[in-house]
Amino acid sequence: MSRADVDTAASGRRTRRPDGPRPRRGWTARRREVAAGYLFVAPQLLGTVLFVLVPLALVFWYSFHEWNVLVGSFEFTGAANYERLASDPALPGVLGATATFSVGLVVLNLSLALALAVLLNQKLRGTIVFRTLFFSPVAVTLVAWTIVWRFLLQDDGGVNGLLTALGTEGPNWLRRETTAMIAVIVVQVLKNVGLNMVLFLAALQGVPQELYEASMLDGAGRWTRFRRVTVPMISPTILLTSIITVVGSLQVFAQIDVLTSGGPGTSTTVLVYYLYQNAFQFHDFGYGATLSVLLFAIVLVLTVVQWQMRRKWVVHED
Amino acid sequence: MKTDRSRRAKLALYGLLCLLAVPFVFPTWWMVTSSLKPANEIFAFPPSLFPSDPSLAAYGRVFEFAPFAQQYFNSMYIAAVVTVGTLAVSSLAGYAFARIRFPGHNALFLVILVGLLIPSEVTIVPLFQMFNAWGLIDTHWPLLLVPIFGAPSVLATLIMRQFFIALPVEIEEAGRMDGLGRFALYARIALPLSRPALGAVAIFSFLHSWNLYLEPVVFLSTPEKFTLPQALTQFVDAYGGPMWDVQLSAATMSALPVLIVFVVAQRQFVEGLAHTGIKG
Repeated sequence: MSRADVDTAASGRRTRRPDGPRPRRGWTARRREVAAGYLFVAPQLLGTVLFVLVPLALVFWYSFHEWNVLVGSFEFTGAANYERLASDPALPGVLGATATFSVGLVVLNLSLALALAVLLNQKLRGTIVFRTLFFSPVAVTLVAWTIVWRFLLQDDGGVNGLLTALGTEGPNWLRRETTAMIAVIVVQVLKNVGLNMVLFLAALQGVPQELYEASMLDGAGRWTRFRRVTVPMISPTILLTSIITVVGSLQVFAQIDVLTSGGPGTSTTVLVYYLYQNAFQFHDFGYGATLSVLLFAIVLVLTVVQWQMRRKWVVHED
Repeated sequence: MKTDRSRRAKLALYGLLCLLAVPFVFPTWWMVTSSLKPANEIFAFPPSLFPSDPSLAAYGRVFEFAPFAQQYFNSMYIAAVVTVGTLAVSSLAGYAFARIRFPGHNALFLVILVGLLIPSEVTIVPLFQMFNAWGLIDTHWPLLLVPIFGAPSVLATLIMRQFFIALPVEIEEAGRMDGLGRFALYARIALPLSRPALGAVAIFSFLHSWNLYLEPVVFLSTPEKFTLPQALTQFVDAYGGPMWDVQLSAATMSALPVLIVFVVAQRQFVEGLAHTGIKG
């Protein structure tokens, strides 16, 4: 932010300088500059207001209404939807599934991404090939990737075939509660971990070599160097990727729809999926909007908490 | 002795990397090769790595069961329009927030930043209601407008702004001396220099649109209007069971072009994204 201000302040001065002797022209140049600024940001600003902020306000407004699209009812009911939310017998399960999914996804994704990045950050021939391989699922159509895994995870699919060949027997992954959740998490991590890996790799390559040499002179071992040098130096990237991954984990819908449809039972019904079911399968827009408010609150709180945490553990920031 | 140990460490590392690569690579490989197998061979175990008798029969059936060419075209043109639209909107706004000083620019920037916190999943109910009121349900308009102006484009604006901030102001000085206006400075000087950032924004807005699933499922009901992700899930037999060979052929067709572009241009692809990532 501060750098931007300095830059723009400097350019602002430059605009005025050549026109110094004739103040009137200088004034129009400044005015033209301001007009350009507003015109440039107008599409983004108006679009964001119309397609993001207005809908957000409407979500709150709708959440105070009883609104069933099939019946055609639309009636102000105050906090009734929120009372229903508080006593919804399905909600604890949904929030539990959401928490399990998000925590599992974030932890597995970030640790695997960091591990792969460290492995690929060695002086070794062919690391670019491996980087390409680990990254390749990012380029595969999401639903195509998920369909293939649904096949591989069937009772008689490739994963269990492999396990049989190794001498153990695998479960029917997508038909059991615990394994279905694991499957959904792992399939999603494999799809996108390459993205975070690449971000970590770029950050690792930006760590000055002298720091490692200095810590080696101090007699630090590999693990100490990783903890005391690497992690602090790449902490801004860790913060960025964890915010993106946490928010992303709360948006996962396609994979769950294709792999498990929220089942078995409701074991993989995360909040987005529950919202979708209520709004677009049961046509209950009022309660759907209330669940949207809850989703928004969770995204907001998690982002703010992580942003606050940066003071504590992000070491350097420019 | 020492070189021997380091060579063994190297071998172990290669082994580990190969093992780790299996779950990343095998599904794609299996998808492509199985689409060429007859249906009964798809289920064979151990899975055959190469089809014994490659055939394109299932590919033909993709086009019999669904208006797949139309659906393919829908995905392509929607992703293209979203990409171009996002590039235009985000580079203009990013440039203005980085370079131009106008009253309220900090406040307006904050307003736009709020958009980052609001994924379209949160606003899908009112979005449906709005597009319904405008008579745009079962059209492609929501799939174009929501990504071009929603959270993904806010992220793009942020990336573009960071890039333009890092671009030295002096570069524009010559153009300014020649009396170029703001738009000319942006279009003729800043934009050509921002290719890496534009490339990264193009890649992720294309992929975002290409993978979009919730919006098509919510907004579209006519198969001729479907995009690929939704179309792929529709290849089921009369009992609702998936027709695997047909589905895998369709999945392969949906994935292969992007995958080929990625392999050919993987350097720009990966490094472009990584580059803007650390700056964003």
